Amino acid sequence: MHFNPRSAYAIYRREMARAFRTAFQSILSPVLTTSLYFVVFGSVIGARMEPVGGVPYGAFIIPGLLMLTLLGETTSNASFGIYMPRSTGTIYELLSAPVGVAETLAGFVGAAATKGLILAAIILGTARLFVDYEIAYPLLAAFYIMLVAASFALFGFILGIWADSFEKLGIIPMLILTPLTFLGGTFYSIRDLPAPWDAVALANPIAFLVSGLRYSFYGVSDVPIALSLGLTLGFLTACVVVIAAIFHTGWRLRE
Amino acid sequence: MSEPILSIRGLTKTYRGGTRALDNVDLDIRPGEIFALLGPNGAGKTTLIGAVCGLVRPTDGTITAFGHDLARDWRSARARIGLVPQELATDMFETVQRAVAYSQGLFGKVHDPARIEDILRSLSLWDKRDAQIRALSGGMKRRVLIAKALAHDPELLFLDEPTAGVDVELRKDMWQQIAALKERGVTIILTTHYIEEAEEMADRVGIIQGGRIRMVDEKRAMMERLGTTEAVIDLAEPLGQLPSTIAAFPVELGEGRAKLIYRGGNGQGGGRAQVAQLAQALTREGIAFTSLDIHDSSLEDIFVGLLGDQAEAA
Ligand SMILES: Nc1ncnc2c1ncn2[C@@H]1O[C@H](COP(=O)(O)OP(=O)(O)OP(=O)(O)O)[C@@H](O)[C@H]1O
Ligand SMILES: [Mg+2]
Repeated sequence: MHFNPRSAYAIYRREMARAFRTAFQSILSPVLTTSLYFVVFGSVIGARMEPVGGVPYGAFIIPGLLMLTLLGETTSNASFGIYMPRSTGTIYELLSAPVGVAETLAGFVGAAATKGLILAAIILGTARLFVDYEIAYPLLAAFYIMLVAASFALFGFILGIWADSFEKLGIIPMLILTPLTFLGGTFYSIRDLPAPWDAVALANPIAFLVSGLRYSFYGVSDVPIALSLGLTLGFLTACVVVIAAIFHTGWRLRE
Repeated sequence: MSEPILSIRGLTKTYRGGTRALDNVDLDIRPGEIFALLGPNGAGKTTLIGAVCGLVRPTDGTITAFGHDLARDWRSARARIGLVPQELATDMFETVQRAVAYSQGLFGKVHDPARIEDILRSLSLWDKRDAQIRALSGGMKRRVLIAKALAHDPELLFLDEPTAGVDVELRKDMWQQIAALKERGVTIILTTHYIEEAEEMADRVGIIQGGRIRMVDEKRAMMERLGTTEAVIDLAEPLGQLPSTIAAFPVELGEGRAKLIYRGGNGQGGGRAQVAQLAQALTREGIAFTSLDIHDSSLEDIFVGLLGDQAEAA
């Protein structure tokens, strides 16, 4: 298997530069959204809520809110990153370069994972302004955030190749990711749901993601952490396989 | 003769929807030459380039570059090939210098600021190095694309209509750039609608139409074989009959028998010498003439003539 680190790094740097060019939006928007959630759910409503599984409500919702923003931003950022060159025609350069699927993904997905970490740090910093919390397993949390960011960057990448219009680009994050994250135990513990809704809620894959991140934060979770990690890794692998197939067949990339 | 640097055999491309853009194309490109691909809109020029550069998936046929089959050894080959596309596709918000540095890295080269400076200076873009590409004029954008394509020092360079939308002065400038690249040993394949351009620069010319290569030849040989000299001689008085000494030349009378029209030669000066003999013969015969207008047919005449014949034959 060939791998050209310079090509991958060139892509990585360009993707990072693109993020910094729009740093204002990419920072301001998550800070604002997170603050609003904390004002409404953390302070106003949260003050009247019982602690969940021993975690004060304000702190309890942090992993879910983080996941909400992380999934949305990472997916749309990655999909945009590949959709734009396709629609403007600048993709000719990538296609004519000695660059395969490995370099492309290392560049795009590496950048997305980095951005995910930065985003997470910003959100956690903002959350700190509103509530006190301790992260039980910071390394696991960082690893899990990167893993999720990388997986959804891959997912976004597929989306950006599939989409043939701006509308389609936005539709999956809006119609699927956001609702599923809301219903995925961001604001409540799935264990507290009455039957049969607890079982129904676990049909939502994003519930496993939220639960996994919450475990790394507070040591409590709705499903075993191994299951969350396994599911995320499985999703990541599936995305890589799909992208490898896309590159192999040239679907939507080469005429 | 040396091995071709690029060898295309039986290349066929049928797009989804059924357009056959390339039909069984065979083509060999020699190392170090400038090859001009001429053809009308929709002839398949861009498709041909796309097939070599990895933008188009061939339906059939083989492409060999630097002695390696592109279908298998595409990585090493692509690292040595550069492409300037026909469309002005650039990252609008990127600065010139960064865009070129990106290309250098993307093609696996070590970041080399000195080389980038050289390239930008040679394309008169150095002053604009920190400008966003969107703020440049169309001609400058095209030069940015050329700079990007040169950033990895390709040995084989495709220029798909490099001078489209570029003013006359700049075009001359670009011809010099291309000549300089050839000096450095770069093999160049360019497409153009300006036949003047092929005539000025190309070593060989290929004419493509309807996805088929109609003719490939040395520019010189093509002009020699198909080129003609035309001379129009305005006679002082209409002529009744051509004296046999004059009729021996490839001439005819036109416009009220007051014009003598010569068509002959080989496009390489042979015709001009014969026109001089014709003028002397007229003088000897005592036929006065008031003016003599002479011109060699250009590649354009050949091109138009050839495509006209094809159209009639079709
Ligand atoms: N992506 C595509 N899908 C379907 N048909 C295409 C596509 N690209 C080109 N074609 C068709 O293939 C034929 C050759 O097109 P191509 O762009 O190769 O011509 P060209 O010689 O470069 O023309 P021009 O001088 O206008 O640039 C045309 O009939 C064109 O309509
Ligand atoms: Mg074209």
